[in-house]
Amino acid sequence: MNLISTYIVPLFVLAIILYGLKKKINIYDSFLVGAKEGLVTTFHIAPAVIAMVFATNLFLNSHFLEFVFSFFNPVLNSLHIPISILPMAFVRPISGTASLAIMNNIFASYGPDSFIGRLASTLQGCTDTTIYVLALYFGSIKVVKTKHALSAGLFADLMGIISAFLITFLFFGT
Amino acid sequence: MVNKIWGIFIIIASVYMILTGNIETLNSEILKGGMGGISLLSQMLPLLVLWTGIMKIAEDSGLLEKFAKLVKPLLSKLFPSLQSNHPALGYIASNIAANALGLGSAATPFGLKAMECLQKDNPQKDTATEAMVTFLILNTGGVTIIPTTVIALRLMYHSANPSEIIITSILATTVSSIAGLLYDYRKRRAK
Repeated sequence: MNLISTYIVPLFVLAIILYGLKKKINIYDSFLVGAKEGLVTTFHIAPAVIAMVFATNLFLNSHFLEFVFSFFNPVLNSLHIPISILPMAFVRPISGTASLAIMNNIFASYGPDSFIGRLASTLQGCTDTTIYVLALYFGSIKVVKTKHALSAGLFADLMGIISAFLITFLFFGT
Repeated sequence: MVNKIWGIFIIIASVYMILTGNIETLNSEILKGGMGGISLLSQMLPLLVLWTGIMKIAEDSGLLEKFAKLVKPLLSKLFPSLQSNHPALGYIASNIAANALGLGSAATPFGLKAMECLQKDNPQKDTATEAMVTFLILNTGGVTIIPTTVIALRLMYHSANPSEIIITSILATTVSSIAGLLYDYRKRRAK
């Protein structure tokens, strides 16, 4: 699997360049036009990225989540669900790096082949950072009325989290 | 709604940190807060510029259009409002493919480009179109086939079988994507 993902990018680039040459287009000129568009896009998304990273970092570093989840500790302990998985499930739609950091902690303390390690792996793999993606993509084209995009994204995340719990349980038991 | 979430994050964090006596941390977080975004942008910028350059070659040579035609039957069901030769479809397909292979950072330029194409036909520039919403649901659902980062990290911690979670991830991601699309479908029908 790792082999596939190592080869896919170089082959992809090579295929595009060879196809461009075959069609006799000016590949270098095309590249420059596209690269300039990318530069402009980066400037367009910069305010949204800075704003979102600022707010999420502030929120995560306040340790408010740990405070909230500490109330669920007794319930979770009796169900044998380690406490660290809840903040991870909650943080997953907000920040990819933060949930990755929590997963890293889980691996370090329980091991990747423990039930919670497998659950954390599935959680990390099954969904993307909804709130960040929405802010970035809509911000880049200055759309402010986003209709039901956020509620649908969060609904999908919730279903993903619940099914990650159930599926990991079914496949690996406790 | 992003407006509210953004505000709520800042308000909760500030109030909680003041109440718990972490005013110093709050201060430095606010003053240095912009750096996090800048460092993320500086990581994204080279990749974004390079990929939009490469993809422009694919677009000019007609490769992107070919790819879009290939996935057209599936995508046109998901995006009934787009015509089958719409340029956004090629970018949407590339975005989904890159995400699926666990190349999240390579997927972003395609996704941004797809949004730009969709915005061109948008009559109300400040309001999301149906196609945009559907695309973002697909995107945030993160249809991942190979979660590369997770596997790499499991390997690092000496997992006996680092890739054993691929199947559970695919199943969970399928459930979440289908749930999101059904939600979207119902919302659209309700109008």
